[in-house]
Amino acid sequence: MLNHKVIITPNEVILDGKTLDHNEQGGALLTELYRTYVGDYPKFFKMDTLSKLGLVASELLLQAEGEPRFEAREDRAVVFFNRSASLQADTAYQATIQEPENFFPSPAAFVYTLPNIVTGEIAIRNKYYGETSFIVLPENDPKIMAQQLQLAFLDTMTQSILGGWLDCTDENHFEAHLFLIDKQQFDTIESSLL
Amino acid sequence: MGGKSMIVSVANNIISPLGMTTAENYAAVKAGKSELRRYEGHWDLPEPFVASLMQRDKVEQAFAALADNERYTFFEKMIILSAANALYQTHIDPTSDKVLFILSTTKGNVFLLDKRETGFPKERVLLGVAARQMTEFFHNPNTPIVVSNACISGVCAQIEAMRNLEGGRFDYVVTVGCDVQSAFIVSGFQSFKALSPEPCKPFDANRCGLNLGDAAATIIYTRKEKADENEWVACRGAIRNDANHISGPSRVGEGSYRALRYAIGAIDPDKIAFINTHGTATMYNDEMESVAIERAGLATVPVNGLKGYYGHTMGAAGILETILSMYAIDEHNILATKGFETLGVTHPLMLSNQNQTTDKRMFIKLLSGFGGCNAALLFAKGGAPC
Repeated sequence: MLNHKVIITPNEVILDGKTLDHNEQGGALLTELYRTYVGDYPKFFKMDTLSKLGLVASELLLQAEGEPRFEAREDRAVVFFNRSASLQADTAYQATIQEPENFFPSPAAFVYTLPNIVTGEIAIRNKYYGETSFIVLPENDPKIMAQQLQLAFLDTMTQSILGGWLDCTDENHFEAHLFLIDKQQFDTIESSLL
Repeated sequence: MGGKSMIVSVANNIISPLGMTTAENYAAVKAGKSELRRYEGHWDLPEPFVASLMQRDKVEQAFAALADNERYTFFEKMIILSAANALYQTHIDPTSDKVLFILSTTKGNVFLLDKRETGFPKERVLLGVAARQMTEFFHNPNTPIVVSNACISGVCAQIEAMRNLEGGRFDYVVTVGCDVQSAFIVSGFQSFKALSPEPCKPFDANRCGLNLGDAAATIIYTRKEKADENEWVACRGAIRNDANHISGPSRVGEGSYRALRYAIGAIDPDKIAFINTHGTATMYNDEMESVAIERAGLATVPVNGLKGYYGHTMGAAGILETILSMYAIDEHNILATKGFETLGVTHPLMLSNQNQTTDKRMFIKLLSGFGGCNAALLFAKGGAPC
């Protein structure tokens, strides 16, 4: 069993098996989740869609965990997987340089053109000094994810992982399938993902 | 898993503007060469920039011996050529399911997002799909793993390789790092005001930013009971976050300090020949590394940085700089930090712009990147415990 598990798609939010009520869909759903469950972290509005998705999904998981928050720790890793890397942010940045007569490259947009930025956003929010990592696969493959997550516990500092699948192709199309798992339970990761 | 086996390097390759093999690259760096040049009007960019870029026809000539140039992007040719060069030094059968390919890259085929690029399916912009071009070329049955952790990807990919070998599922991991420059990347770093208008000066008082570079580098690892005297062992590595800022390093070097501390473990710093730093020559990065190295109790260990030869090669950097560090110690050499003249960081570091000698057999590779990530990895030559 995983400690806690959250699924967010453009029209569904499921936390620990329970569907959460919401009014919005797509990108607006992420803003609604932020307003309902977070509310005090305006940096959210500067983020790309992948980071917004990762932030609200991690907030739901950590609130479900119910442990004290925002205390510096090195024993929790953040390890995400996806297929599209930072495609939404890449496409948005490309639009700022596509036309020579309308060339306005933005550092605020460029910084999000790396998939691992979301792992940094979650580390900053929660004061996680542990491992942060982003792995890109040709397709969603629970078996490979489970293997790599189990191997991440070879770092002897890592006692728990906030991890899973976090993919986003544009502002309105995304999928989070994240969980919290302890080192003692790593043998069960694969069966829980399938 | 776990056990007491060692993770040993069996072959490697570097493809860069300084050469198509590791031997050519090492000889060029030892001689102080660089292909950093000023480009004006390149890729229709409005601002000039200094970078170390491949002569693309040289890559195409070499690739023609392997396959049809038209089928692969420049990025894919680079990774296939580099992996092929390393594999051909060995008897490894890449078609075996005991061989895993790991790719370290930040931007892969990102140039395909440009509307004017029509030669390849847009799907190839996906990093996993690009990596598949490589595994399919070698008829490897396993799904490739792409590590994309900004500038630290090359060390993360090696840590990932070590873990996959320790896990016992694979006998060999072909670890390939590559990024190729494009209007996308150069304009982004220009918008950050991070690029130097001249060849970069790591750790120098007058440093004014980084240069970008094209490169591909490959290192193949296996698992052994005990390494031979002349073999390189990847000992212990860690990835740690600053938890501070997504685009600026921690002023107290938090993540690099913690990664260094984990990597060195109980090893006496006096056994370390050098720390090969990230050393991008931006104000903040080099300062942060000096803080982290001092905090980790390693201020007496010599330090060098190789960006003055290649610029910042992004996904390739961690692997390229690891391989050159191994070759240097093989020759009892600490490579010069090209571009460095006067120390310009607050914590004194043991830096030199001349090649130095050493009889020590260990080094640490250190990297840091956007997203607040940092990585350190300890290497040792021979079978000594580490």
